[in-house]
Amino acid sequence: MLELDRVSVSYDGVPAVTAASLRLPEAQVLAVLGPSGCGKSTLLRAVAGLEPLAGGRVLVDGADLAGVPTHRRGCALMFQDGQLFGHLTVAGNVGYALRLRRTPARDVARRVDELLALVDLAGYAERLPGTLSGGERQRVALARALAVDPRVLLLDEPLSALDATLREHLAGELRRILRRAGTTAVLVTHDHEEAFAVADRMAVMRSGRVVQEGPIGEVWQHPADAETALFLGYARVLRGPAAAVVARAAGLAATPALAVRRSSLVVSPVGRLPGVVESARATPEQVRLVVRLEEVGEVDAVAPTGAHAAPGDVVHLTVDPHRLAALPES
Amino acid sequence: MTRRLAALALLAAVPLAVLGVFFVLPVSGMLAQGLWVDGHVDLRGVLEVLARPRVHRVVWFTVWSAAAGTLCALLLGLPAAYTLYRLSFPGARLLRAAMLVPFVLPTVVVGVAFRQLLGRGGPLGPLGLDGTPVAIIAALAFFNVAVVVRAVGTAWESLDPRPAEAAAALGATPAQVLWTVTLPALRPALVAAASVVFLFCATAFGVVLTLGGLRYATVETEIYLLTTNLLDLQAAAVLSLVQLGVVVGLLLVGQRLRSVPDPTQHRVVARPRRPRRGDVPALVATGLLLVLVGAPLLTLVTGSLHREGAWGLGNYTALGRPDAAGTTATGALVTSLRTAVDATWMALACGLLVAAVATRRSRSRTERRVRSTLDGLFMLPLGVSAVTLGFGFLITLDHPPLDLRESPLLVPVAQALVALPLVVRTLTPVLGGIDDRQRQAAASLGASPWRVLVTVDLPVLWKPLLAAAGFALAVSLGEFGATSFLVREDRPTLPVAIYRLLGHPGTTNYGTALAASVLLAGTTVVVMLAVERLRVPSVGAM
Repeated sequence: MLELDRVSVSYDGVPAVTAASLRLPEAQVLAVLGPSGCGKSTLLRAVAGLEPLAGGRVLVDGADLAGVPTHRRGCALMFQDGQLFGHLTVAGNVGYALRLRRTPARDVARRVDELLALVDLAGYAERLPGTLSGGERQRVALARALAVDPRVLLLDEPLSALDATLREHLAGELRRILRRAGTTAVLVTHDHEEAFAVADRMAVMRSGRVVQEGPIGEVWQHPADAETALFLGYARVLRGPAAAVVARAAGLAATPALAVRRSSLVVSPVGRLPGVVESARATPEQVRLVVRLEEVGEVDAVAPTGAHAAPGDVVHLTVDPHRLAALPES
Repeated sequence: MTRRLAALALLAAVPLAVLGVFFVLPVSGMLAQGLWVDGHVDLRGVLEVLARPRVHRVVWFTVWSAAAGTLCALLLGLPAAYTLYRLSFPGARLLRAAMLVPFVLPTVVVGVAFRQLLGRGGPLGPLGLDGTPVAIIAALAFFNVAVVVRAVGTAWESLDPRPAEAAAALGATPAQVLWTVTLPALRPALVAAASVVFLFCATAFGVVLTLGGLRYATVETEIYLLTTNLLDLQAAAVLSLVQLGVVVGLLLVGQRLRSVPDPTQHRVVARPRRPRRGDVPALVATGLLLVLVGAPLLTLVTGSLHREGAWGLGNYTALGRPDAAGTTATGALVTSLRTAVDATWMALACGLLVAAVATRRSRSRTERRVRSTLDGLFMLPLGVSAVTLGFGFLITLDHPPLDLRESPLLVPVAQALVALPLVVRTLTPVLGGIDDRQRQAAASLGASPWRVLVTVDLPVLWKPLLAAAGFALAVSLGEFGATSFLVREDRPTLPVAIYRLLGHPGTTNYGTALAASVLLAGTTVVVMLAVERLRVPSVGAM
């Protein structure tokens, strides 16, 4: 159980994190999501003991970590670019923390083999980090961090240095590995897809403050405000009469503001919202449209692949109520 | 935060105390001797010294000879930097190492070698250059061309070749590429090398003293003559101040120029290529430089094998023969080595602390400023005449609680101070280049601060540390300025012994001096070649 109680951090008197409070139960993964510069990495570094707190407390299993140096916290930290020790082999890197604890060599070797198998790198033990690809290096870094069963695993944008396909693949891997190892982990990222793929809980940060925190589905369904909604991948936020029209079409109660995903408006013959296609772009999965609706204005919509929707055509849209989020105020 | 600052202060305290006691105290003591007369600042005396025609002559000679030496070193060094760092041919690495030799040669040896080359009876004797400014400038250039080759060469090696290729594709001739693309890109390295070389030329001591004698004095030798021969401490102090001011100014300019590297330039080490027809001028110039550098050394060696009109090892067997004071050259070599080893560990211990303190990540602006000031502070010994330092030692460390006159550590401490800036300059970039997140990664995996040091810092640091040790050893072995004041009459170091031998009349003494010079040069060269094998880029790249 990791608890952050009104944690504040500042650099040279400039606050980087302000009164952040979070709770993370055992064996769960928390994604801290936010734009760059929002203080999410600083928060992570504060948990690791790398930044002094200007206020508040960090507790693990109820014990305050104030004054505990980084190396005694049991919080393994994994960096964006791995930071493997270049002069040590893969096995040397993975077994590093075990050797620090004077684990017998045979046990180290066994555990290293286990971990390398866990991250799908069996047979890489004698390679040097310089000879690995970016994805392999990150998996070694992950194995190294997992070696001592850290009380909390801290992941600082672990996948952002990788290319898109690899990132998607490794995000799934990461979830599987963390789940199987039963690790309590905090993942910092600016990519909501990555957060969805890996985490159980989510905290959204903005300008040094935690603006929303909860189970990932709940945060996704009920963003705290318009900015959060846009950051979570909602395409647009409709306000006033536009929000009312779309909410009514979805069978929802009227709301001052409504966050709409791209896929919540679908072209369908039975659709109740008529509009004119402004632009259309085919993707492998679907056709992405921008449609001008009466009383609403421009919205994003999708049509099944093969559907004929060219700019200027009149189409009808249905609304998927599960892909909308009512926002408290405009 | 205050705890961090306290820890910082504690770590910095040792080197600061060393600097305070063994640098600030002696130097200010020396300056006070001249400026502080009867309890008040004697400004009129200062002005009187500054108005002396001889002082004008000395300052003017220092400036123009240093400028000429710098220019020669640059012109000779540039083609060699290109050839040795950008072209690949058999023996390139050996030549690179050989090019470093003149720089680590003890100044006294360089002086002796040039006298042997240019003096009466020398191969170039008929030119009549002995005792002229030309000899001094040639020796200064000889001495410093290594700095240019090294500093500019490493920059050239890591220069992105693509802009030059782009210019060539746009129709620029090789000469135009050099003039419009390559040299502008090298400008920071050129300026840095030039300012360091100027500094070394302007404060050269041993070379000028052996070649210029009384007629052609620079500020540095003039300080020596004023203190030892004329006992005019006031004039010496004033000249020291002038020198200190100029040198600190130069260092600051150099720092400024170094601290704004072009962020758009990447460090790419281009693969050296085989020489082409267009490289012939550069190859010829490099060959010429090799001849120029080799000639004094060669005449030194042949001269040492010549005694009383016959070839033989007589000069070398004479090394073991005691002189009037009962000292031998071989004994002096042993003294030199012992002293240099002591100086080396002192400089290393102190330099390591300074580098560690200066490069740790700062958490606040105050901390950052404290660290960079500290870093700069330890460059100061570079700017103060070794003669001033040596004489300062004599007059300030001679009474309790700091009576070190009889201490065997007096000479090593002085040499360590001379070597300290070089050690700091070698280690700081290495420590600063370690990504702090490596240390954080280790700490987060459970490594204690001590283990972090062993895991992250040591693997990167041990080679530079060895290299710095070798560099400090070579510098201490050749140190002459401060040592000549402090060394005990009956236990001279080898450079001092050589200078004494030169002072005694007679060709046998001169022959012995040549042999001793070869011995000293050989020792430093062996040390330096061992360092070069470690391939640490920051060594010698001030």
